[in-house]
Amino acid sequence: MTDIAGADAPVLRLDMTSDAAKRRIRKRYAAEARFKAYGLAALAVTTLFVGALVFDIIRNGIPAFTQHSLTMDVAVPDDLVPTATRSDPLAIRGADYFPVTRDALKAAIPGIESRRGERTLVRLLSTGAPDVLRDRLVADPSLIGKTVKVPLLLSDDADLYFKASSTSIVKRGGIGTATPSGTTGEITILTSSNDFAAEVVTIKQAAKAKADALAIEAARLTTFGGQSVAQRVTEINAEIAELKARFDSPKIEEILDAKLPSKLVEINGGLVKLTKITDVSVTGEVLLPLASAADAKPGDWKVVTYTTAESNRKVSDQEVAFLERFREKGMVDRHFNTLFFTSGDSREPELAGIRGALIGSLLTLFVTLVLCLPIGVLAAVYLEEFATKNRITDLIEVNINNLAAVPSIVFGLLGLAVFLNFFNFPRSAPLVGGLVLALLVLPTIIIASRAALKAVPPSIKEAALGVGASHQQAVFHHVLPLAMPGIMTGTIIGMAHALGETAPLLMIGMVAFIVDVPTALTDAATVLPVQIYLWSDLPEVAFKLKTAGAIMVHLSQKEV
Amino acid sequence: MTALYFVTLAILVAAAFLIGRHRAQSLIAGGAPSLHSLPSYHGMLPMAAVLVAMLLTFVIGSNIVARYAQSSSLAMLGAETVADPLKRSAGFRDIQNIAIGKHSGDVPMLLKEAAEQFASASTFGNWMVYGLGTLLGLFAMGYFISRISPVYRARNIFETFILVVMGICATVAILTTIGIVFSVLFETYRFFFDPSLKGRPTVSQFLFGTEWNPQAALRADQGDIKTAFGFVPLLTGTLLITAIAMIVAGPLGLFSAIYLAEYATPRFRAWVKPILEVLAGIPTVVLGFFAALTVAPLIRGWGEAYGLSVASESALAAGLVMGMMIIPFISSLSDDVINSVPQSLRDGAYALGATKSETIKNVILPAALPGIVSAFMLAISRAIGETMIVVMAAGLAANLTANPLEAVTTITVQIKTILVGDQEFDSAKTLAAFALGFVLFVVTLILNIIALQVVRRYREQYD
Repeated sequence: MTDIAGADAPVLRLDMTSDAAKRRIRKRYAAEARFKAYGLAALAVTTLFVGALVFDIIRNGIPAFTQHSLTMDVAVPDDLVPTATRSDPLAIRGADYFPVTRDALKAAIPGIESRRGERTLVRLLSTGAPDVLRDRLVADPSLIGKTVKVPLLLSDDADLYFKASSTSIVKRGGIGTATPSGTTGEITILTSSNDFAAEVVTIKQAAKAKADALAIEAARLTTFGGQSVAQRVTEINAEIAELKARFDSPKIEEILDAKLPSKLVEINGGLVKLTKITDVSVTGEVLLPLASAADAKPGDWKVVTYTTAESNRKVSDQEVAFLERFREKGMVDRHFNTLFFTSGDSREPELAGIRGALIGSLLTLFVTLVLCLPIGVLAAVYLEEFATKNRITDLIEVNINNLAAVPSIVFGLLGLAVFLNFFNFPRSAPLVGGLVLALLVLPTIIIASRAALKAVPPSIKEAALGVGASHQQAVFHHVLPLAMPGIMTGTIIGMAHALGETAPLLMIGMVAFIVDVPTALTDAATVLPVQIYLWSDLPEVAFKLKTAGAIMVHLSQKEV
Repeated sequence: MTALYFVTLAILVAAAFLIGRHRAQSLIAGGAPSLHSLPSYHGMLPMAAVLVAMLLTFVIGSNIVARYAQSSSLAMLGAETVADPLKRSAGFRDIQNIAIGKHSGDVPMLLKEAAEQFASASTFGNWMVYGLGTLLGLFAMGYFISRISPVYRARNIFETFILVVMGICATVAILTTIGIVFSVLFETYRFFFDPSLKGRPTVSQFLFGTEWNPQAALRADQGDIKTAFGFVPLLTGTLLITAIAMIVAGPLGLFSAIYLAEYATPRFRAWVKPILEVLAGIPTVVLGFFAALTVAPLIRGWGEAYGLSVASESALAAGLVMGMMIIPFISSLSDDVINSVPQSLRDGAYALGATKSETIKNVILPAALPGIVSAFMLAISRAIGETMIVVMAAGLAANLTANPLEAVTTITVQIKTILVGDQEFDSAKTLAAFALGFVLFVVTLILNIIALQVVRRYREQYD
């Protein structure tokens, strides 16, 4: 047995069993699990975002596809269009239909005397509502002088009320016998029982709750301090004092304002909005006229609450009263919003549609496709198959790669300076939009086509050359057809890109408010993404829904 | 007129092909020795000749006609109208509307005569173009058909023609770049150095000024206008939003890519990849809508719950959504880069006993670093150039701030704001947009060139 040379040198042992080693391993495995979890979490966040986006768009967009109308019997007066001119559709078209629909509306809810109430009633209809009636009469002039049943389009606010029901309505029967003092105007209702005690208490409680909330807010703001905050604190304190005075005061009569839930009384077929309230009597304004001023027995009359305060919703109590009355009469009709697909843009949300933008998109994309497909494919074939490798082709190649990453708005500047300013092309035209988008997607198509050409096995070309084809015959008859599926994929991706592009089109004026549906390549037009941008900028809530609806159409169009 | 021209063109093109091919075929039938080119080439050559002759005539001719009709009709409105560019364009619009019968209301006699002149000049000119085009087309067709013979090298000439056409197509990309460079460069030059321009800033005022207010320079009657074209707040705004976007997208995109490339089973990949592709395909205007109407109010609400004052158009909302937009961009580029790291490197690390995450952190990421850096640079360049999200979700006020809860504005927002609507090319305000476009183009170009160069070298290393 010989000694191993240098036996006293330290021996390397694999330490896998000591506690320290086990701890190390555990730590390393924990790090491994953590690292993996980070990756999953990143994917989860991204997926969540996509989900939230899609959900948000659909939730907002679905209501845009339906619409509410009032189905009404409209008495068309015989003198609306003189008998002599009834054969002329233009004369029928030119008649004034607004008074006809207004009278029909007034007939549906009789007894509205105040001018304000009347105006509110008329405004419930869209300004485009008479169009349905007009079209019906143009189609059948014999209806003039008769009563026609037509659906009249509601205004955007009324439509939204039915879609989103901005307030819930709670009703309870009266306990005592109620005696109204009149049928219209401002009236007082007395009851034999203390029917309204609960309301008075609720109002005082609401005031107290609000004061408490404000006190917390004031305390929070004071801790932050600062000049701008100090002012706000003083304001809040003043408001608290005012509210305190209300619920501390022994005065029984409470005043209802727009910041509290609205209280109404339904009695004798009418509706009264309460303004002053005590335990046993209320005073208020008649929203819907009462049939009579007779006593109402217990249970025959009701106390109605609109739980959302009037100042927190778009529709006033008066409008809610009218709309609910229409609903009770079964006149409100929900139907598919065909206008959304058949009309152009409009300032009125309920009349606005995307047809103009859709056609504009189609025309623009047509120009883009016609230009960039042949140019892109020919350029790719040239660069891939024919160009000799030299500095110029190298430059072209670098150039194409860089062009693909140039911000799209810069292409808009190019279009503005070159096509509009230098060549004097018409503004807002699909022709110019298509040109700009063609230049924008050209690099994408060239790159995709070159990749597709490169993927074709060289044996194909060599075989063709071997049997005597010229270089061009080999490429165009044999290589290109095989590369076509790849080229088409690239083209579709490029077209989808062009379809969603907005910024360069804003630069060349495709952002104008255009009502007419474009018919030619040089007509002023807009495209769907620009329409989405335009609508999203408008303040009306209904346009927000429209925007989401248009986005849904846009995305589904892109998926196709 | 245009329709008639193109119908004629189509007929002549078809005729040229059929006649040419028939001539060649009849040569064969007549017992001629074998042809140099196939009969179809004898047809395609005259066809191409007709196409080129007629298209060129149309493009050049109709331009000349339009210019002549415009100038001759405007000349009738008097020298004063012709000299003033505003009156000229307004007058011409009237003339055009009257000529196509769209103009309503009373029309002055002078305008009416000018419109008649315009109409007659256009009609006459268009017929001239039509006649000339048809004549040239017929001539070109006749020339090439008359030359058909067994030894005529129709294919070679045709292929040379096609080669030239392909070369022209390939240079379109170059022409686009030249067009971009010249259009922004020219207007930028005017912005800084055109002596007739009121309110133009000096280069240093533009680059180092801290106040941006193009509206102040709009009113020309104000005399000595204080210039307000300081670029700094736009730059900081753009960088702030880009930074927020990269803070969101950098880790999320990179970790997604690592998980997809190294951990995910093929089935998981097949599920998740389409989600990222959907996100990549969502138009930015949709993301902008989401940012402005959902994310911004949400952030504002949260901020207020914690007693922070948040602007309704905060940089944070725009930055967050822009980050979401960039995630698929970073993750797909990084995914490619990680996948192209050779398997032997991984195997080596595993053989030494490294866990998967240690391999990724110590071997794969260092190897893939150049590619990942260039992916980030391309992402930054895209964030800087992104327009719709910031137009819809970021503000217009040029605040010089680093607070993400305040409203800031960006280069692209200002370009869009200045250039949407009618504009003349002789105000400093309009030209300022081109100067901003120039800066944007240069910055993104530098980022792209460096990034693409890095990717290229990286590919060469492992290919």
